[in-house]
Amino acid sequence: MMSLTQQIIIIASIVIGTLLTRFLPFMIFKSNKPTPKYIKYLGYVLPPAVFGLLVVYSLKDVTLTSLEGFLPELLAIGLIIVLHYWRRSMLLSIAGGTVFYMFLVQGVF
Amino acid sequence: MSLEDHLSTLKYAFPKTLPILAGFAFLGIAYGVYMHSLGFQPIYAILMSVLIFAGSMEFVAGSLLLGAFNPFSAFLLTLMINARHLFYGISMLDKYKGTGKKKVYLIYGMCDESFVINNTSRIPSTIDKGWFMFYVTLLNQIYWVGGTTIGSLFGSMVTFNTDGLEFVMTALFVVIFLDQWMKERNHISSVIGIAASVLCLLIFGTEHFIIPAMLIILIFLTLIKKFITKHEVIS
Repeated sequence: MMSLTQQIIIIASIVIGTLLTRFLPFMIFKSNKPTPKYIKYLGYVLPPAVFGLLVVYSLKDVTLTSLEGFLPELLAIGLIIVLHYWRRSMLLSIAGGTVFYMFLVQGVF
Repeated sequence: MSLEDHLSTLKYAFPKTLPILAGFAFLGIAYGVYMHSLGFQPIYAILMSVLIFAGSMEFVAGSLLLGAFNPFSAFLLTLMINARHLFYGISMLDKYKGTGKKKVYLIYGMCDESFVINNTSRIPSTIDKGWFMFYVTLLNQIYWVGGTTIGSLFGSMVTFNTDGLEFVMTALFVVIFLDQWMKERNHISSVIGIAASVLCLLIFGTEHFIIPAMLIILIFLTLIKKFITKHEVIS
């Protein structure tokens, strides 16, 4: 078991590491200077790719070896797509998909 | 800005954060319970939610504290798990410009969910964009710290069946992705985001796929730069 000082050092290392990942781009590209064109380009094209990465990241524990490992996710995402094309209301799509998923994992699978 | 303006900005920001309220209350409570189950006093989970404010890293922090004392490897692991923030920062360079002192907190509190909302919300001209993003970030952190606090203090008393509630975060990301898909003129970036991530997930596994996926995305988007102009990407 670590001492309190050691625990504080570990937590501080994690805090500093996290701060670095968040602040680094802003430290390199200062707001009083124009942002380089390439970085501006990345700022425009990156978000859609990052949203895709986040979707896959949030589904990373899905398994294809059994039906209950992926079917609830697949069906719930299917419903989200239908709801979103129908009403295009974020709250309705998110709430509908989540409630349906809970129903599936609690009552069906 | 007057108090009234603050209230109307807050009123505009709050509904956008409702899915996060649901997700963070649940995940925050889960994190509090998890830290409690590892034998930590409530103050640990609460402090980490205030100071780190990066969900997956906080879970890892719990197990790091129980392992061997190795601050450098904890630091490196943090850089790897949180590397995606670099992309958020690059994407928010312009949007955070001109937000004054609030900028420090906007960057400090830039978690996945705050990034997603602040990057995609269309804010009417009557609402101050800096304060809107500030309130979104602040509300999200309040939900997370609040959930963590409740979980670490009373977590063992939760009785209703919450199985599957964690899907609310997946649902949020899917909807954001879908919304982007519906308004973009071409789907190159969206497709490469999904394709690179799935490919790297299959090759490198759940623990190590993010950094290689980020590299592929970066290389690919750089290679196609000359074929894409700014107004092609945003409608």
